Amino acid sequence: MSLSLQAVKIDKSYNGNGVLQGCSWSFSENGIYVLTGPNGCGKSTLLRICALLERPDRGAVSFFDKGQAVQNNSTLMRRMTLVLPSVGLFNASVNRNVSYGLRIRGISGKEAVDRTESILEFVGLTHKKDQNALTLSSGESQRVGIARALVINPEVLFLDEPTASIDEENTAIIENIIRQLKQHGRTTVIMTTHERVQAERLADKVLLLEGGMIG
Amino acid sequence: MLFSDAFSKAFSLILHLDRDLMGIILLSLKVSGTALAIATLLGLPLSAFLGFRKFPLKGFFISLLNTFMGLPPVVVGLFIYLLLSRSGPLGFMSLLYTPSAMIIAQTILAFPIVASLSHAAIMGVDPVIRQAAATLGATPFQVSLTIINEARYGIVAAVIAGFGRVMAEVGAILIVGGNIAGYTRVMTTTIALETDKGNFELALALGIILLLISLMVNVLLHIFQKKDMAGANR
Repeated sequence: MSLSLQAVKIDKSYNGNGVLQGCSWSFSENGIYVLTGPNGCGKSTLLRICALLERPDRGAVSFFDKGQAVQNNSTLMRRMTLVLPSVGLFNASVNRNVSYGLRIRGISGKEAVDRTESILEFVGLTHKKDQNALTLSSGESQRVGIARALVINPEVLFLDEPTASIDEENTAIIENIIRQLKQHGRTTVIMTTHERVQAERLADKVLLLEGGMIG
Repeated sequence: MLFSDAFSKAFSLILHLDRDLMGIILLSLKVSGTALAIATLLGLPLSAFLGFRKFPLKGFFISLLNTFMGLPPVVVGLFIYLLLSRSGPLGFMSLLYTPSAMIIAQTILAFPIVASLSHAAIMGVDPVIRQAAATLGATPFQVSLTIINEARYGIVAAVIAGFGRVMAEVGAILIVGGNIAGYTRVMTTTIALETDKGNFELALALGIILLLISLMVNVLLHIFQKKDMAGANR
């Protein structure tokens, strides 16, 4: 176990509408945590706050490594990552997209090539490595987004509705990737889905978000 | 008869790579190329600054930059002339009627185009790209570089548009360059002068070259704009 998270009494509102109200939760063991609830209940907001992409109006998100609080946000941002629903692929080849996280960390040469190829094989997109990422289907784009996130070996992987707008085949592939991550045991996955059935199917722990709080 | 005769002589000048013709073309490319390089070196950082930073009156500065895209060349020429003339504040530099004065004038004309269109290209990048780069651990500087890279086709199109503007410009460089043969005489000023003198063959030959350059620039611009739009639509 490496990073653990504690979110305490998170409040967040947009234009006066309270989305999260005193929302608290934590994890201290590796696994798959699935936030579920109806559309618009604040799942993505909570995920973005936990991934340090947004600030809460009140409350705090803290990360701990072996019991010690990790204060530096830029250090934390390098140890975890979030795959957005619209992914945000770059106008470049699949290969360049996936190796992005390595390049910005100064990792190049054989190590970068090996890690990129290995992760592309893991998500089943080796045959697409030279294709422009913007020409891929939604499902393939989501898989490239996950590969781009995994290549940096994150300790925590946040997935925001990874299967929301993709076909059954790609949904099955992505669910399989998530299960394999659990088997490898290095990465904690925190994902959102509005499909309760999928949450039950994948999660070690299902977190139901209702009325701005986790029930 | 005069028309077809002038055309055949003009093509003959081009085909025989006439020395005067080539000298004028090379000087034009040198002056416009240098002006464009300086405008790009100044315009790109400004466009990035405007794209990534928040500061008071930012909207006003962007509007000002957009307004300067339509600067009348003769007004720029007049302004530079007053600055560089003997009695002007920069008269001591003795730059009037030199290629340097022409480069300054063309830089002023190209700069707002490069900066403003590059800024538009940077602002056109999907905001999700910024978030995606940040979530992958990119520093703010790396995020900025990533966005600039995503805007690359738009930025190249901006530079090409700037080149098109300065290559075809005549008013400003005529005022500050003086059209001195072999020294400050470029394609557009030569066309104006030779037409006035009735020497249509050289004017036509330069006109044909200028049109070809303009065509090339626009084809390139079209290609890059298409690539940019293709990226934006996917």
